[in-house]
Amino acid sequence: MLANIAESVLATGCGRSYGDSCLNEGGALLDATGLDRFMGLDDAGVIRCEAGVMLGEILQVVVPRGWFLPVVPGTKWVTVGGAVANDIHGKNHHRAGSFGAHVTRFELYRSSGERLVCSPTENRELFAATIGGLGLTGLILWVEFRLQRIPGPGVAVERIRFANLAEFLAIAAEDPAHEYTVAWVDCLARGRSLGRGVYFRGSHAPLPGRVPPPSAPRFRIPFDAPGRLLNRATVSAFNAMQYRRGLRKRSKRTVPHEPFFFPLDAIGEWNRLYGARGFLQYQCVVPETQDGGVIRAILSRVASSRETPGLGVLKRFGPAASPGLLSFPRPGLTLAVDVAFRGRRTLDLLDQLDGLVRDAGGAVYPAKDARMSRESFRSFFPAWPAFARQVDPRFSSSFWRRVHVG
Amino acid sequence: MSAEAGPRRVLIVGATSAIATEVARAYAERGASLFLAGRNPERLSNAAADLALRGAARVETAAFDVLAHESHGDLVTRAFAGGPVDVALLAHGALPDQARCQQSSGEAVDALAVNFTATVALLTLLANRFEAQRRGTIAVISSVAGDRGRQSNYVYGAAKGGLSVFLQGLRNRLHHSGVSVVTLKPGFVNTPMTSAMPKNRLFVTPRRAGRAIHRAIEARRDVAYIPWFWRPVMALITHLPERFFKRLRL
Ligand SMILES: Cc1cc2nc3c(=O)[nH]c(=O)nc-3n(C[C@H](O)[C@H](O)[C@H](O)COP(=O)(O)OP(=O)(O)OC[C@H]3O[C@@H](n4cnc5c(N)ncnc54)[C@H](O)[C@@H]3O)c2cc1C
Ligand SMILES: NC(=O)c1ccc[n+]([C@@H]2O[C@H](COP(=O)([O-])OP(=O)(O)OC[C@H]3O[C@@H](n4cnc5c(N)ncnc54)[C@H](OP(=O)(O)O)[C@@H]3O)[C@@H](O)[C@H]2O)c1
Repeated sequence: MLANIAESVLATGCGRSYGDSCLNEGGALLDATGLDRFMGLDDAGVIRCEAGVMLGEILQVVVPRGWFLPVVPGTKWVTVGGAVANDIHGKNHHRAGSFGAHVTRFELYRSSGERLVCSPTENRELFAATIGGLGLTGLILWVEFRLQRIPGPGVAVERIRFANLAEFLAIAAEDPAHEYTVAWVDCLARGRSLGRGVYFRGSHAPLPGRVPPPSAPRFRIPFDAPGRLLNRATVSAFNAMQYRRGLRKRSKRTVPHEPFFFPLDAIGEWNRLYGARGFLQYQCVVPETQDGGVIRAILSRVASSRETPGLGVLKRFGPAASPGLLSFPRPGLTLAVDVAFRGRRTLDLLDQLDGLVRDAGGAVYPAKDARMSRESFRSFFPAWPAFARQVDPRFSSSFWRRVHVG
Repeated sequence: MSAEAGPRRVLIVGATSAIATEVARAYAERGASLFLAGRNPERLSNAAADLALRGAARVETAAFDVLAHESHGDLVTRAFAGGPVDVALLAHGALPDQARCQQSSGEAVDALAVNFTATVALLTLLANRFEAQRRGTIAVISSVAGDRGRQSNYVYGAAKGGLSVFLQGLRNRLHHSGVSVVTLKPGFVNTPMTSAMPKNRLFVTPRRAGRAIHRAIEARRDVAYIPWFWRPVMALITHLPERFFKRLRL
């Protein structure tokens, strides 16, 4: 199959990763979205499908049967192969761990022509290297994984405002009682308000009335916004509005699962709001200290810079160990933020943040990265030598050449 | 349409085709009962598993080569064994190499056999069944290539053009029995059939083509271009005067 391709190859799903881990400059890309067949679902909720099936399609098939994906990211337009290759995490990480923790088996196509079934008991090294392996160990053909039972297609959501990081940490202490938790933070708030935001937590619930059909984008952003539409002033005003929305400090209601899990999917091409130069997404995880020390330092570095961050997303990861050698999720606090790209100075800020994360013994998420240095990569992913031994000799990516090869 | 009880019953020939797969999914999501006929039993059973999960009430498969005319009767009998068939979709087809067709009459005749002769043979049996049950829809995938002959694919085009004319006549006949005949004319679709062709902006995904075909069948359209924009394009192309058209290199 790969015989008549001269250069290196890399499989791609929907291309929803933000950085260069799904790019292969000068090489070939294998579009895996044609691998789109369901293969089976048993009574215990173990599903098997080809690697190009999208999570949204799976939900369409399994939710009416009373099942749900074990882990979902913030968009349903990612493939199962992409979910494995980035060992994705969701708002339930504190209880469920990462996607890979629910994978029972998959089949891997190697450039040697071998097709290997990998599981915790067969081809174990390749199993561990492929989960979170950024597509570098070969082409994933199909994946088998465990679904979770749900009482219905709704989510009972609670929304709680918090005034600063200390309040966030107090609410996060109650996480174990809720299936899903996540918080928005205002990355421009400083001083006593540093780390203020809105906490969302929810659990699957029956939804009274008719199930709404799966949504297509309700509207799309038709063109790139003028370069400075999002600047510190407009973002600051927007954040304040989000923070104050609803007069009460707490509110509760049951909503369909789609707007809860995939708010951005309702807006087609939302990234155009950042203008033609776009944005960089930054996500890190750092071990937790008493007062949220490192996250506090990162938030204040962002807030006091000249850069324009969008809303931040803050969550406490749980204790579950991720099964992949290169998996990003690990115990601690994770912060994700978009920063409008304004050239060198934006990169400088992110390099400074990398330094803080390195010193704290944390990691930056490769799925959202286009710039981490080789030194940072090695410090974030200490298992890299064992991983590198499992990389398929014909597979490569722009990301891999940057952080590892030559 | 009669208010039938139970799921819609759909027969698809050439069911492993990339385009037919997407039409089958649209029906499966709506709970239809599917009968899939095609050459490759392994791919048929993979498709059956996929369609069952996507919501098909029931999926049956039959190994079937449309070139084996003597097997047509058996297929039709099996497909109608469970009761009336609401929709029959014929999706099989093959794109021959035009240069080879010019060198070998056998190659040219083979292209006509799969795209035209065998299709006509199967339609002859199907038409009588539908006429007898006095309802249902026969849908056949023809092609824009059948609207006007061009130097680059006129053998395939002749087969599809002949098929389109056959379907016009059949539609006229079956109209009087309450049976619809839908002629589907895709433009360029990105499928295994066109894998060797350089891709341009006119190509659409099998999913888009399949969904459009499903809608055209359910709306009982007479002739549907897939996607719609091929209708004005082909109107223009078919109206160019021949003395001018023959000079183009298309
Ligand atoms: C709005 C938005 C919200 C997001 N929220 C989250 C979140 O909450 N949590 C989270 O973890 N991530 C999140 N992400 C990131 C996203 O989940 C990951 O980047 C995911 O891997 C993308 O999958 P994809 O199918 O688009 O794959 P691509 O981006 O195309 O590829 C991702 C990686 O998977 C590899 N790959 C894909 N298919 C295969 C295959 N068949 N075989 C081998 N390798 C393969 C590629 O080589 C590449 O390394 C979000 C992204 C967006 C756009
Ligand atoms: N792709 C385009 O751009 C395009 C444009 C216009 C019209 N069309 C028409 O669309 C239809 C579907 O084609 P596609 O694009 O989806 O291509 P495809 O995936 O290659 O499908 C062609 C199908 O025809 C089947 N077939 C070929 N010979 C057969 C035979 N003797 N008996 C039974 N089945 C046979 C093949 O079966 P196997 O799986 O066993 O090989 C295959 O399933 C065809 O009628 C084609 O002419 C396509």
